Order: sequence, then C-alpha cells, then structure tokens
Amino acid sequence: MADQTQALRREPLANAHGGSGGVRLTPAKPASRISLRARADAVGALSSALGLDLPIRPSASAISNGRMALWLGPDEWLVIDENGADLMAAAASAGAMHSATDVSHRNTAIIVSGPGAATAINSGCPQDLSLKACPVGKCSRTIFGKAEIVLLRMSEDTFRVECWRSFSPFVFGLLAEGAEDAAQ
Amino acid sequence: MLLIHCPYCGEDRSELEFRGAGDAHIARPTNMADISDAEFEAFFFLRQNPKGIIYERWRHIHGCGRFFNAVRDTVSDRFIKTYKAGEPKPDINAAPATDAKVETYEALEGDAR
Ligand SMILES: [Zn+2]
Repeated sequence: MADQTQALRREPLANAHGGSGGVRLTPAKPASRISLRARADAVGALSSALGLDLPIRPSASAISNGRMALWLGPDEWLVIDENGADLMAAAASAGAMHSATDVSHRNTAIIVSGPGAATAINSGCPQDLSLKACPVGKCSRTIFGKAEIVLLRMSEDTFRVECWRSFSPFVFGLLAEGAEDAAQ
Repeated sequence: MLLIHCPYCGEDRSELEFRGAGDAHIARPTNMADISDAEFEAFFFLRQNPKGIIYERWRHIHGCGRFFNAVRDTVSDRFIKTYKAGEPKPDINAAPATDAKVETYEALEGDAR
C-alpha cells in the first residue's frame, strides 16, 4: 500500500534568521488572533470576557498572561493570545454586540530587539520611535516599506512587528537590511 | 516629510499613512430618485478646485482607519486644521492663500506667464 502523504503546516517565517550586532530578529511563536470591532457600550462586557481591559485611549495596549489587546482605531482592536486560546469563543461569550474575525493565520509577527531596534524599524517606518513619542506599551497600525504593520513597543529596546503572512518575507528582509544599517 | 494630524489618533503622522478622499461637506441628496440629471451632475461631478483654502476628506488608512476632514491650502500644501467627521465646517478666514517662502510656479517663473 502506498504511503500516505501528510500535509504539514509550516510557519510563514520558519527558519528565518537575521539581525546584526545591535539588532536581533526573531520570528514570534504562533499565536491566536482576532480582529475585534465593537462600539463603546460593548467594551465593558468584552473586556470581562477576554480577561483584560480593552484600551480606549489612542495607541494604548493592555497585556496580561501572554494575551494582548492593541488599540487600532476608536472601535477596533487586535487581540493576540500567545497561548493559543480560543479568542473567538471568549469574545462570543461576552453577550454584547461585536464583530470578531479570526486572523490567527493571516498575521505573523517578528520580535525586533536590541539597542538598534528602533533604527532598524525606522528604515521603513516613518513614525517617531523615540521613547518620548513612543513610550513602552504604545502600539499603532502603520506602514513599513510597502507593507502595513502593527507595531507594539514591548520594552525600551524590544518591538513586536505584526504583518500579514504574505508580506512577511518582505518585512523580515527589510528589517534585516535595517538591522545591518543600525549596526553601523 | 509632510505630517498630518489625525484627530482620532491625536497625533501627527506621516503622510504615507493617509489617503485623500475628495471634497468634504458634500451632502448626498435625500431624494436621489427625484432629482434631475443636471442636479445629479452638480452633486456627483462638479467641484470648485479652488486655489487656496479647500475642505477635504482624508482617511488615516494605514493607521486608525478613520475618515476625517481637513482644511488645506492647495498652494502651500499646508494643513490648517483637521477635525473629526461630522463636526461642523470650521470658519477659516484670513489664512494666507500663498506663502512667500513657498516655491510656487508663479514665484519661480516670475513673469513667464
Ligand atoms: Zn488616526
């Protein structure tokens, strides 16, 4: 009998490596994600259902136990769970009107860390990433070269760059170039 | 780099994150089926294209995603004010249509006209 072929799921940035003396580029581990839209009156119920306060201040984030909620717009959040929790079910249990779309496999993320992290990201992103303009915890949807990204400053010299999986080779490549420049 | 203030994000962001979306404060007729072709043309196609102050819709498409309105000087490309969609049209007066420091065609070419 012929051997059965098995389909394996490959991470978009499997085996990707890059960086320089001042910047480390690491593909983030797989996570579940939802794109969440809701009006102000549903924020309370969704916050309790998800177990963290959905931020309502522009560019704010909330992070606890491997779960993060990033403010993208006045009624829009990107919720990420690094432990693979079922975020769709959690949001559905809120009992408040909202729209949630599972984007776990649409996105992937790259962790950019090191003293040159901001410089590497600025090679393709026009935002002011000084600590004054972009403190720890600030997040925003923005542009990186030709790709749209969601940027989160996790610490003084660590950023999470979320991008669509089809753009991830481009984003990783341009970050690698920026990392080389940042090392000079 | 041209910076545009997004009234929803509350900060200045690069023009790369934005996209223009035409004239602002154009009210869609409520009796669309009844109006004449000429009235529809006026609503749908005819715009002033002024030299100087213009009221426009912009979208923070690679940011918060929101549409908002902006007052811009078409000569200097300076954004005079941005405000949230639905807010009343601000009264902008005495704003200079030209700035001597701006390299306009007229300034550079002198009397070539
Ligand atoms: Zn915005």
